[in-house]
Amino acid sequence: MRRNRVPNLCPVKGMPSFAICNAGRPANLRGHVVKLIIATIKPFKLEEVREALTEAGVRGMMVTEIKGFGSQSGHTEIYRGAEYAVNFVPKVKVEIVVAEAMADQIVQTITKTAQTGKIGDGKIFVLDVEQAVRVRTGETNEDAI
Amino acid sequence: MKLTKSLLVGAGLTALPTLALAQDAAPGFDEIGPYIMTTLLFCMAGFLVFFMAAGFAMLEGGLVRSKNVTMQMTKNIALFSIAAIMYWLVGFNTMYPGDFNGYFVIGGQTVLDAVGVSAADAALDYASVGSDFFFQLVFVAATASIVSGAVAERIKLWPFLIFVIVLTGFMYPISGSWQWGGGWLSEAGFSDFAGSTVVHSVGGWAALAGVIVLGPRLGKYKDGKVNPMPGSNLALATLGTFILWLGWFGFNGGSQLAMGTVGDVSDVSRIFANTNMAAAAGAVTALILTQVLYKKPDLTMVLNGALAGLVSITAEPLAPTLFGSLWIGAVGGIIVVLSIPMLDKFKLDDVVGAIPVHLFAGIWGTIAVIFYNSDASLGTQLMGIIAYGVFTFVASLIVWFILKAVMGIRVSEEDEINGLDMAELGMEAYPEFSKG
Repeated sequence: MRRNRVPNLCPVKGMPSFAICNAGRPANLRGHVVKLIIATIKPFKLEEVREALTEAGVRGMMVTEIKGFGSQSGHTEIYRGAEYAVNFVPKVKVEIVVAEAMADQIVQTITKTAQTGKIGDGKIFVLDVEQAVRVRTGETNEDAI
Repeated sequence: MKLTKSLLVGAGLTALPTLALAQDAAPGFDEIGPYIMTTLLFCMAGFLVFFMAAGFAMLEGGLVRSKNVTMQMTKNIALFSIAAIMYWLVGFNTMYPGDFNGYFVIGGQTVLDAVGVSAADAALDYASVGSDFFFQLVFVAATASIVSGAVAERIKLWPFLIFVIVLTGFMYPISGSWQWGGGWLSEAGFSDFAGSTVVHSVGGWAALAGVIVLGPRLGKYKDGKVNPMPGSNLALATLGTFILWLGWFGFNGGSQLAMGTVGDVSDVSRIFANTNMAAAAGAVTALILTQVLYKKPDLTMVLNGALAGLVSITAEPLAPTLFGSLWIGAVGGIIVVLSIPMLDKFKLDDVVGAIPVHLFAGIWGTIAVIFYNSDASLGTQLMGIIAYGVFTFVASLIVWFILKAVMGIRVSEEDEINGLDMAELGMEAYPEFSKG
C-alpha cells in the first residue's frame, strides 16, 4: 500500500516535469535514497551542533524548540514559595535530511558535539525518507537536498 | 493627610475677618504663596499617584497568565474611571464632610472653585478644591486596584465593577472620613499619615473578602498541593513595580498636604527619601530571604517586597530616620515573603500577592508608627486597624455575597480554562502568539 500518493503533475505547463514525474514511483527507480535525522539536544548546544554540521557538509536543517521528557524526567522549581514539578524539559529538535551515505557521519558528529556526559543530552533517530522534493525546481531526493 | 476638613473649616472661619480687612490691597506673596505651592504639590503628587494606576495594571498584567491579560487591563482602566466618577458623585464629600457626627454622612457632588477664583474666595490656608479633589481621587483608585489583582483570573467583569462602585463611592469614603475627614478615629489620636490602613489595608481587606467568597483558581490547590501558575510577563511586572515605586513619592510626599513653608517643603523631600529607603530595604530583604529559603531568588517576591516596604512606611514616612525607614521597610519585606506561602496553606488564592503586600504590610506599617511618632500609642493604632478591618471586611463580605447570589461572580469552569480574554471579551492580549 502506498501512502501519500503524489498526483501526477506531468501535464502542467512550465514545470520541470521530468522530475515531478518520478513521484509515486518505487524508491529504487528514483535515484539515491535520503535519510531524515531527528536529534533532540540541549538548547545551549544548538550553535555548536550547527557549526559542526555545516563543517561536515550539511546544507540545511530544521530547528524547533520543544519540551519533553526522557530518562532525565522533570525537576522541581519554586514559584512564590510553592514547589512545582517541571514535567517537560526544554530541548531543541534538529531535523536534517541527508544522503544515505552521509547519515552515519552526521549522527556521529551530533553525538560528539551535543554530548556533555550528563543525563538529558538527548536522542537521535534516523528514518528513511520516502521522497524529498525541492519546491523551486521539482528535483527529488538527493538532488533536492 | 493629617489635615482634615473640619480643621480647615474652623481655620477658614477664623481667617475670614482678616481676609475681609485685607481685601482692598492686593494680597502679597506671603498670603498667597503657600496656597500656590500646596496646590502645586497636590497637582504634581496627584499626577504621580495617577500613574500608579498604570503600575498596578502592568504588575497585574505581568503576574496573570497570558489568557487573562486583556481582562486584567480592562478591569484596571474601568476601575480607575469608575472610581473617578464615584468620587465626584458622593465619595469626596462623604470622606471630607467638614463638620459631621464623626462616623457617617453621605456627601453630595464635588463642586470646584469658581473659574478664576479670587484670593478672597480661595482657601488660602490650604489649596484649591480642584487639586485637593484630584489628589484624593487618585488614592481611592489605588484601593480598588488592590482588589483587582487578588481576584484576578476567575472573576466576572461586571460583578467586579459593581463592587468597585460600592467600594469607591461608599465603603472607602465612609471609613476614610473617620480618620482623614476629622472623624472619631482622628479624634481618638489614631495616626496614619498617607494611608497604610486607610488606603492599603482597606483594599487588602476588600480583596481578602473577595478571595474568600470567590474561591481559588481551578487547579491551584489539588490533592493538598499548591500548583503555582507562573505569570505571563515578568518584565511588565517589574515595570509595574517601578511605576508604583515612582508613584509612591506622590502618594506619601503629597500627603504632607502643605508646601508653603521651609519646614513643609523640607518635610516633603524628607518623605521622598524615607519612602525610597523603605522600598529598597523591602526589595533587598525579599531578595536575600528567597535566596536563603528557596535557594534561588524569586523576582515576583522581590517585587512584592519592594511594594511591602512602601506600604510599611506609608503610615509614617516623615518622622523616621533613614535607618528607621530601612528597618521598617525590611520587616515589610520579611512579612510578604513569609505570608505568601501562608495564604496558600489556607487555600486563599491571591494571584499577585495583594493581601500580603497591602493588608499585612499595611497593618505592620500602622503599628510601626509608634516607634518614631511619640504622639501615637499602640492601643490607638490597634483600635484603628481593627475598626477599619471589621468595617471593610464585613461590608465587603456582604457585597460579595449579594453579588454572588444575584448575578454570580465567577466564570464557568470552561471559561476559566479557556481564559477570560476569549470567554468574556472575545479578544486576546497576544493574538499573534501560538498557544504554549
